[in-house]
Amino acid sequence: MELVCPAGSLPALKTAVDNGADAVYLGFKDSTNARQFAGLNFNDKRAGEGIEYAHRKGTRVFCAINTYPQPDGWETWKSAVDRAAALGVDAVILADMGLLEYAANRHPQVHRHLSVQGSATSYEALRFYKDNFDIRRAVLPRVLSIDQVRGVAEHSPVELEVFAFGSLCIMAEGRCYLSSYLTDESPNTRGACSPAKAVRWQETPDGLESRLNDVLIDRYGKGESAGYPTLCKGRFDVEGSVYHAIEEPVSLNTLDLLPELKRLGISAVKIEGRQRSPAYIADVARTWRQALDKLDAGSGDFHVDPVWNSTLAGLSEGGLTTIGAYHRKWK
Amino acid sequence: MMKLSLGPILWFWSKQTVFDFYAKAAEWPVDTVYLGETVCSRRRELKLADWLEIAGVLKDSGKQVVLSTQTLIESEADLRALRRICSQQEYLIEANDQSALQLATQNNLPFVTGPSMNIYNSATLKLLAKQGLKGWSLPVELGRETLRQLIGELDAEGLNLPAEVFAWGFLPLAWSSRCFTARHYNLPKDNCEFRCLQHPDGLELRSRESRELFRLNGTSTLSGARYDLMRQMPDMAQIGVSTVRLSPEHKGMDEVVRRFDQTRRGEAPATDPLQLVEAPPCNGYWFGNPGMDQLHI
Repeated sequence: MELVCPAGSLPALKTAVDNGADAVYLGFKDSTNARQFAGLNFNDKRAGEGIEYAHRKGTRVFCAINTYPQPDGWETWKSAVDRAAALGVDAVILADMGLLEYAANRHPQVHRHLSVQGSATSYEALRFYKDNFDIRRAVLPRVLSIDQVRGVAEHSPVELEVFAFGSLCIMAEGRCYLSSYLTDESPNTRGACSPAKAVRWQETPDGLESRLNDVLIDRYGKGESAGYPTLCKGRFDVEGSVYHAIEEPVSLNTLDLLPELKRLGISAVKIEGRQRSPAYIADVARTWRQALDKLDAGSGDFHVDPVWNSTLAGLSEGGLTTIGAYHRKWK
Repeated sequence: MMKLSLGPILWFWSKQTVFDFYAKAAEWPVDTVYLGETVCSRRRELKLADWLEIAGVLKDSGKQVVLSTQTLIESEADLRALRRICSQQEYLIEANDQSALQLATQNNLPFVTGPSMNIYNSATLKLLAKQGLKGWSLPVELGRETLRQLIGELDAEGLNLPAEVFAWGFLPLAWSSRCFTARHYNLPKDNCEFRCLQHPDGLELRSRESRELFRLNGTSTLSGARYDLMRQMPDMAQIGVSTVRLSPEHKGMDEVVRRFDQTRRGEAPATDPLQLVEAPPCNGYWFGNPGMDQLHI
């Protein structure tokens, strides 16, 4: 299985390459990708340097252009595909059907990967994308259980990449409009969820409050650690009880599932986090490289080194990890 | 004149409630009715045969009937249910994910797309038109300006693809494999005791300052405010919207339909529809604002 690591900057890219990534993924400095953060991502020059560095060390580079262009943005998104092709990326990661068709017709030699934002949760959906846009690989949404992943993998017409570690979306990606309901930006339209520009922190007599476009997302008492106010991870009131009504602030960690993922023929595991620092990327990439190397050593007695899990837990939201929907009981 | 449609029932209602609802709907001035379970595969009060029975009654009353497919397809059982819908020839299909697109195109069935299908540009519309797309719904997070441009681009190419706008009801905003209603009751999803039946208009989720944010509806999350574009109907007609979608609620729907019908005919003063399920109004998405905003224009 391939290790696919995030690169939000040139230093992060080099760190991922140096610490054992088989491929890195990056995006341009605009809303054409799903991690639009201030100070993050690549202009053409930096992307060129990154691609050169990665290729020299035998690492592939994927370019995420995985938001949905509206009429106003169509030329910008099309041009992002052209730029990625001209820079020599190994694949473009796309979600929008119109853009997939454009890339397939205009740059057939550049592999197309279906982004998780393309919301393909069944092999019939994958056949649609394969038949129409000849995608080579698809990234599966994080809503599927391991049994459901097995069902998809058995009949999949394309390579599959699954999320292994990082922040956890519990809504089907590509079809979650919660963020644009509270703010004016969503992953689909602007590549942003719960955008930083709408976040406000405030110390009050009741505790530290986090707000998104003035909506109270959470309030932390003394000794509670505060997290970024991603709106689905707040504490809300449902019929008089206040709790994490949608999702707890935890991170995904699928180390335990690696042997099963390998048996299912999954081609790649993906690390989330282009917004993360190079130091974070180094620790995560190194840990997963060790795990995958041990898995590939193939003695059949793979077990998770406790050091890997403690390293990863230390890097996780709230210090907690879960195997997420892969574990059906979790629902 | 613009058409009125009744979207699929997004909530979980008992079989009798559903039959009673559509018996009344057969008499309402709506042109199109979408039928079927689009949210959760565990909601099996009605079988496909039941939906087809309702479809027959509505068709005999002169309605166009469309069969809606499940939004989040996860299992082989979900695919089997989808294949059954895509193996009938009598009714148009509303494809709500790419699995449905694949099965519809493979069977050469004409189809329309629901608001959860990500159609953000005319390139997408054009390619789906080649495959049998007969009409489409604007994703709920998009607004007037985008729609105006899309319709303009289609017109410029001489392509006639009727556009539908979700115009009244709680907005479907997200789908998950996880069930938030079961979570509220500390029940596992696989043994949820069908608690959604107790909440025919969802579970209100409020901020700790009592602001209505969302409505939890099993595996789906809806807006906490009710989208209401009744006052925007004349503008919609002008930019070329062909159908206005009203999302079923279990109380007062006849009155809502009646007022939208009057408004499209230009007969009534634009008074607000009755709101028998209490909730604040919103219309932000239409104006390119946060969806929860209510603009007074």
